[in-house]
Amino acid sequence: MATALSFRDAVALAGGFPLLAGLTLEVGEGEIVHVRGPNGAGKTSLLRACAGLLPLSSGSAVVLGHDLRVEREGVRRQVGMLGHAGALYDDLSVEENVRFAVRASRGKEGQVAGALGRLGLDGRLARTRVGKLSAGQRRRTALAVLVARRPRLWLLDEPHAGLDELGRLALDGLIVELAAAEATVLLVSHELERAERLADRVVTLAGGRVVAEASGQRAPQPIAPARWSAAEAVGVGSDVA
Amino acid sequence: MWRDAALVAGKDLRIELRSKVALNQVVPFAVVVVILFGLAIGQAAPPAGAASGGALANATVLRAAGAGLFWVAVLLSTVLAVQRSFAVESADGARDGLRLSGLDPAGIFLGKAGATAAELAALEVVLGLAAALVYGIHPAGLAMLAGAGALATVGLAAVGTLYGALSSGTRVRETLLPLLFFPVAAPVLLAATKAFDAAIAGTPAAGTTWLEVLAVFALAYVALGAVAFGPLLEDA
Amino acid sequence: MTALSRRRALALTGWLAVAAVAATVWLGLWVTPPDENMGDLVRLLYLHPPLAWVAFLAYGLSFLASVLYLWPRTRDLRLDRLAGASAEVGVVFTGLTLVTGSIWGRPTWGAWWTWDPLLTTTALLFVLYLGYLALRRVPGDPAGRARRSAIGALVAFVDVPIVYFSVDWWRSLHQAPSISLASRKMYVHGSMAWTLLLGFLAFTLLYAWLLGHRYRIARLAEREESSVLELALAERRDEAVEGAPAPVPADAVTGGGPGSPGVEMTPAGRSR
Repeated sequence: MATALSFRDAVALAGGFPLLAGLTLEVGEGEIVHVRGPNGAGKTSLLRACAGLLPLSSGSAVVLGHDLRVEREGVRRQVGMLGHAGALYDDLSVEENVRFAVRASRGKEGQVAGALGRLGLDGRLARTRVGKLSAGQRRRTALAVLVARRPRLWLLDEPHAGLDELGRLALDGLIVELAAAEATVLLVSHELERAERLADRVVTLAGGRVVAEASGQRAPQPIAPARWSAAEAVGVGSDVA
Repeated sequence: MWRDAALVAGKDLRIELRSKVALNQVVPFAVVVVILFGLAIGQAAPPAGAASGGALANATVLRAAGAGLFWVAVLLSTVLAVQRSFAVESADGARDGLRLSGLDPAGIFLGKAGATAAELAALEVVLGLAAALVYGIHPAGLAMLAGAGALATVGLAAVGTLYGALSSGTRVRETLLPLLFFPVAAPVLLAATKAFDAAIAGTPAAGTTWLEVLAVFALAYVALGAVAFGPLLEDA
Repeated sequence: MTALSRRRALALTGWLAVAAVAATVWLGLWVTPPDENMGDLVRLLYLHPPLAWVAFLAYGLSFLASVLYLWPRTRDLRLDRLAGASAEVGVVFTGLTLVTGSIWGRPTWGAWWTWDPLLTTTALLFVLYLGYLALRRVPGDPAGRARRSAIGALVAFVDVPIVYFSVDWWRSLHQAPSISLASRKMYVHGSMAWTLLLGFLAFTLLYAWLLGHRYRIARLAEREESSVLELALAERRDEAVEGAPAPVPADAVTGGGPGSPGVEMTPAGRSR
């Protein structure tokens, strides 16, 4: 199995404070890794470093073949990150946000419709301004942006937060699909049971370093075939506007 | 790079069309500034030896100073427009999104500066009419006006976007941007005012040197911005 | 150069500067004759142009250091420190240039301030670089701060010739020739010329001395920052050892989730 990312004693600073304090981690392609740890442990910083957003001051980090100590721009096209914030333009519609992302990454127009459909955002929702959406719908839009870009490495920072149960199930289904498609996923989540059942491996962070690793409990079959459009059809769940 | 620029400019302009912030806030702000100048100068005592009473003398002063006041109002509006341009990105973490999008940073710069320049140009048309009315100006050399206006706008948008990126990553952005922007923009103020004065006085040819100054400024900062924007974005 | 020899060189520069400035003052105030046109006012000439020259030198050095910093091959935080120190000294000298120019202007033109091209340019440069210094103070990690400041220095410096040219053109159109740049080319000879030259040398030495000290202060400040960093790193590592990871989930199975130290753990670093 090829290595998707390899960090060795990575140190990353922000205003003098060490976000990552000597982190060592290796993840192979196609793995789903659950990253957990107390607040302030460096989980978000790890994701940002993988996305090439965080400069490293020492140690080594190679992500998808890109050496992050040399340059960090090349890796960004191949990485998709879902952060705490939505990174969406409130005044544009769902469809326009996805289309902008697709065009920016030199993708094809067809990817837009495909992503919207997969996330159950076609129809009326597609034309709604993001600023008017509920938190869960905004999360789905952000996911649609990622899905449309088809990254090789997925960085999900607490994606389940704020979703109702059906939304969470649908998200699990998406993650399982990603795994089946050989994408690599780093999943930061405080939902320990749920994340463990999705993951191949569980990594614990504290104080900016990895302090423990263990196997995950990834189920051999998908947990639930739930998809968002199905959830809406049932009519249950406050995820529908 | 140009493709990315067009994409970003289109996105920014579409956001402006939807939210109408420039239309509803920046334009009225500029018009208010123009009127305030009129009030302020109206209060000043007429110069010794002025023809008749205060009103006529001050009208003369306003007419003479009109071009300069117009450009001061534009400078102030540029700061607002640039701040808005970057506020759109920071809201909801979209600045990280720009970096992750895979867009060429030089293209992002040109797109943002271009959109800002377009907004400013529209503003200047409205403002020009207002200034002509309030200050009683009757411009003659329209070609000089258009040329100088266009070059000045491009230069201001370029420097503004560059400094905007510099300060938007910081916590003190609201006060830092004007402090940085106004000294650098001073030559544009000077040159554009002189060019406009020449056009208004009916001797547009006198403004050609100023046109050259504006062109050099615009060229220098568009180039510098395109090159420097990439490293700047890294400071999220 | 060892630290000691650096300090010695700096002290030597300081003494030379003091001596040169003292000599300039002595020559300027007592030895040289008053000018036919300006009278005693000409004595300011020994101060004003050298101060202005040093300011330009300071900004030029700041610009060069910034360019070199941005160039990947010569990137070095020391260059950023140099750029900042030089600009700060430059601002001080610019302020002094403005003051001496203003003092000269009062008896000459009857006002404390005039829109003389050089004075106006200098005033704009003053504000321009004040902005640059404000930019340098914005908090952030050293590399990011350095990069931002370097680009700020570039933007500012590109403006310098444009400001200079436009202000000059502006004033030459409007004012009598007596205050245009042409009048700057005065004829100095004899002891006045030597004093002027000495003035340039003296203030350049003074600049070098101030720059050296300012740079030293910047270096010490950064050293303090990094020692604080060492402390912070150590504290963070302690967090990792004692810190409370999340409790083991209720349905924990073999192979165990990560728990507090003591529970069977896979050592970090071993891949699956």
